[in-house]
Amino acid sequence: MDRENVFGEGAVCRKKEDAEGNLTIMKKQLYGASEVSASIRRMAEAICREFSGGEGDLALVGIHKLGVPLAKMLEREIAAISGKHPEFGTLDITMYRDDFGDFSRLPAIQETEIPFDVNGRKLILVDDVFSSGRTIRAALDALTDFGRPGMIRLAVLVDRGEPEFPIRPDFAGFSLKVPSDHKIRLCFDPELEIYEIPTAEERAAVGNETSTPLK
Amino acid sequence: MQWTRKDLLGLYDLSAEEITLILDTAEEFKKVSQRRVKKVPALRGKTVVNFFVEPSTRTRVSFELAEQRLSADVVNMQAQASSLLKGETLLDTVRNIEALQVDLVVMRHSAPGAQNFIARNLGCGVVNAGDGAHEHPTQALLDIFTMREKLGSVKGLQVAIVGDILHSRVARSNIWGLLKLGAQVTVAGPATLVPREFESIGVRVCHNLDEAIRNADVVNLLRIQHERQTADFFPSIGEYSKFFGIRPDTMKKLKPETLIMHPGPINRGVELAGEVADGKNSVILEQVTNGLAIRMAVLYLVAGCVQK
Repeated sequence: MDRENVFGEGAVCRKKEDAEGNLTIMKKQLYGASEVSASIRRMAEAICREFSGGEGDLALVGIHKLGVPLAKMLEREIAAISGKHPEFGTLDITMYRDDFGDFSRLPAIQETEIPFDVNGRKLILVDDVFSSGRTIRAALDALTDFGRPGMIRLAVLVDRGEPEFPIRPDFAGFSLKVPSDHKIRLCFDPELEIYEIPTAEERAAVGNETSTPLK
Repeated sequence: MQWTRKDLLGLYDLSAEEITLILDTAEEFKKVSQRRVKKVPALRGKTVVNFFVEPSTRTRVSFELAEQRLSADVVNMQAQASSLLKGETLLDTVRNIEALQVDLVVMRHSAPGAQNFIARNLGCGVVNAGDGAHEHPTQALLDIFTMREKLGSVKGLQVAIVGDILHSRVARSNIWGLLKLGAQVTVAGPATLVPREFESIGVRVCHNLDEAIRNADVVNLLRIQHERQTADFFPSIGEYSKFFGIRPDTMKKLKPETLIMHPGPINRGVELAGEVADGKNSVILEQVTNGLAIRMAVLYLVAGCVQK
């Protein structure tokens, strides 16, 4: 792993080298650890402002996979601000997807754990990146199978702003416009960051330009 | 681990990783049946035909419920009502089913390998619900799931399977699955029903119950199927019960936490005394509950691999 400015404009990029010394995987860092942490704190503050006084029945539900650790971080921030720990649950939406049978890789089912009564409760769904809204559509179906929540809000770290459904996040850390065939990923390890992955062709092109073998 | 099969025909074909994937998937499907809405839309728009050429009640009901809880559309076909009686071949019957744009066929047949033959000739997925004395994969998977759930891990477990091993598809599927996951298997029963040949596949063969169950973590009892040919294999049901039946006094010879399992239906007082079937070591009804979760997991995984 090495860092090198290949995207221009001082962008922090990472690349990997295969056995033949070809640079193949490139990603551009959009936000680093301090920016992401600050953004999560601002989201927690916004949630606390909107739900001030009534935190008692607030619950966070993280959507697998990366919505779960993100929801954990939000939960800690909310507890630090309000002094109360919201209830915490996790949701896997695989069984509720609208594209079953269309994917070549059947996604492994993760654990769904809703250890509280959802009836009448204020729920905040948490996911890392919001794009089409299809994941959230599935999550709403999944959640309402557990009961009748009083209210459901959506918090995401990155809003890509390309909804295919009439669904929008209520709390968003960052709003980003990137080409729709690029991927945006949240990463927790080795450090907290948000990065952008261009298409395979673009990555290969960049890789060839700077084909200095890595040490 | 990635599931890539459109059929589930037997545990002989599966790797330890594939078996573990089914068990892990079933854990999440088990929770679905504990929710307020006991149903997920995973197989919405898919059609499943339960084609039982050999009669079955509990396995068919379990499959049918599993299909309904996955939101599939379900059709049941029984041999008595099918055109097999009018002289149609088995392959023609299932080809006619497939021509109705069916996605999955769950099939039971008395001929070993019938499902393998059908799966080779059909584009839709095939799930084996029992083929002769060959395999009954979902029963073995629910047995293994129950062992793993109760005892933590299957690796290193001592499992005794007692009864008519010779004619039992449940025993064979259990043997393949348990050996792959690293358990040690003992098969026990009268010599006529438990031939020494089973040693060649890596299980211990025992003709003495006490010896078979002494260190067992699990005792899985098979029903003596007196409607089948087994009547000629030992002098009387009473004698079988005396030598191989589990009674309250047998329990004293077992480790205190040993699981008592039975695929059902139980013949109380033959292979298993009522007090033991209802006792604290028995997990027989939990097996039934887990069967539903296992069948949901299998149908879900297999349906994801059927080409449209």
